[in-house]
Amino acid sequence: MSLLSGAWIIARKDFLVEVRSREMIYTTLFFAVSCVLVFAFAFVPEGKPIPNAAAGVLWVAIAFSGTLALGRAFERERQGETLRALILAPIERASVYLGKLIALLALMAVMEVLLVPVIGLLFHAPLARAPWLLAGLLITGTIGFASVGTLFAAMLVRAQSRDVLLPVVLYPLTIPVIILGVQGTGLIFAAEPNLALAGNALSMLLFFDAVFVILALWTFAHVMRD
Amino acid sequence: MRKLTSAMRGVAGIVLTTMMSVALAAQTAPPGQDGFKAATAEDLAAGQEHLPATPFVFWAYGIVWLVLAIYVLSLWRRIAKTEREVAALRAKLEVRP
Amino acid sequence: MTAGNRLAPALLIVAAGMFLAAPFVIDTAPYESTMGLVQRIFYFHVPNAVLMILTSTLCGVASAIYIVGRRPVADYVALSAAELTVVLGVIVLLTGPLWARKSWGVWWAWEPRLTSTLIMWLVFSSYLLLRRFGGAGSELLAAAVGIFGAVLSPFVYWSVNMWRTLHPTTSVLPTLPGPMAGPVIWCSVAFVLLYVAVILLRVRLESARTTLERAWLLLEED
Repeated sequence: MSLLSGAWIIARKDFLVEVRSREMIYTTLFFAVSCVLVFAFAFVPEGKPIPNAAAGVLWVAIAFSGTLALGRAFERERQGETLRALILAPIERASVYLGKLIALLALMAVMEVLLVPVIGLLFHAPLARAPWLLAGLLITGTIGFASVGTLFAAMLVRAQSRDVLLPVVLYPLTIPVIILGVQGTGLIFAAEPNLALAGNALSMLLFFDAVFVILALWTFAHVMRD
Repeated sequence: MRKLTSAMRGVAGIVLTTMMSVALAAQTAPPGQDGFKAATAEDLAAGQEHLPATPFVFWAYGIVWLVLAIYVLSLWRRIAKTEREVAALRAKLEVRP
Repeated sequence: MTAGNRLAPALLIVAAGMFLAAPFVIDTAPYESTMGLVQRIFYFHVPNAVLMILTSTLCGVASAIYIVGRRPVADYVALSAAELTVVLGVIVLLTGPLWARKSWGVWWAWEPRLTSTLIMWLVFSSYLLLRRFGGAGSELLAAAVGIFGAVLSPFVYWSVNMWRTLHPTTSVLPTLPGPMAGPVIWCSVAFVLLYVAVILLRVRLESARTTLERAWLLLEED
């Protein structure tokens, strides 16, 4: 069985569980939106948002709710003791990682599709100024965040204080990605937009994604062997 | 790993006090920051000597020496303690029948 | 006591002597033309920063070796390197702002090199937190953090050259005028000696600790 078809089987399993329960999408989306509301209360005094607030709030909401989703995605496997079964399954170990990553990315994509308009509404962000560039930044930034997150959430499944340790490990490692995302989105939303520089941020993000995914695949395959 | 505590707490304490005192010094140090004034010829000749450089260099060297000395001392103490415990345990195991 | 155990103290004594002599050596260098006296922080700041990047790389390499072969020594080296990276990071991140306050007028600026150095320091601090609170099996997790952290370190090195920033570029070092190069070499050698000694000691501590833990386990089993 090839790497990708194995990954697809794992991802489809997670989709099915999620489509039946809708637990993760509802909880993470609710969390993300309440996060944004708190920020809107702080950063939009008298209907005028503070400059550059939208980009920062967007990425903070993505990072926070992404962490929530990561913890939840592997909590399910832990409760059913099924991560071990996945590792022992007759597919490549890298497929397990990729499948989990794809499922998480799909979940976060759905959440972002609903979250971005909320940001646009509350922070007067010009979403239509460069929609493709914005989408590119969101996709690459989310991949960068989720690729590191999936690896560490999987490894932390057996650790005692996993809820605390996941953000402790995840945030320092993904700060470069978040910074690039905030910078790129900020350059699109700014009063004087600079789309060329935002494109630079996008290419840097692509580079980070490639490095992170390759490293995570290598590490996952070696770590999850026992 | 496990027993970083006391030593690390010491380092953290010293670093914190240093940072705080530096921060306090910063609040009092820059004179006349509440307005700009054009530089006179003497000012330019004096370069950046509005802010005396000596304390900065003094603090920087002090921090380097202090942090390194504390770390090495703590390491030394941790090694001495662990190796003493190993020796004690070994003696105990040998005494036992 | 083996020969290896005597090497570290000897290195430490030589390094301490060199550090005490360092101000006199640095005093032989001329004042820098625009920054004056405060530029003397450079002689400690730069060797430290270079070693911080090198140590983080050592941690990454040792972590990768540990993940593949699971040899405990590799793990000890990785842990030692991570701890040293954090200590060196404290020095770099404290001496840097002191220099910046005088020559840029601000304590801190969010420019690439400062930001990425701070990120690296955070990553290796999270490594230590993981080792301390992760419980059993945290070695592997921490090793993964070490690998990712080491991959970020080249960015710290190149960050000033890629973007035009306040921070002097890395080409300052090879083009240094002769009288300034001597003190830099002096301080670098002092730091390298200290660094080797610290790594040796830290590895020794960790192996003693493992012996102790094993012995306790054996005692309990009886």
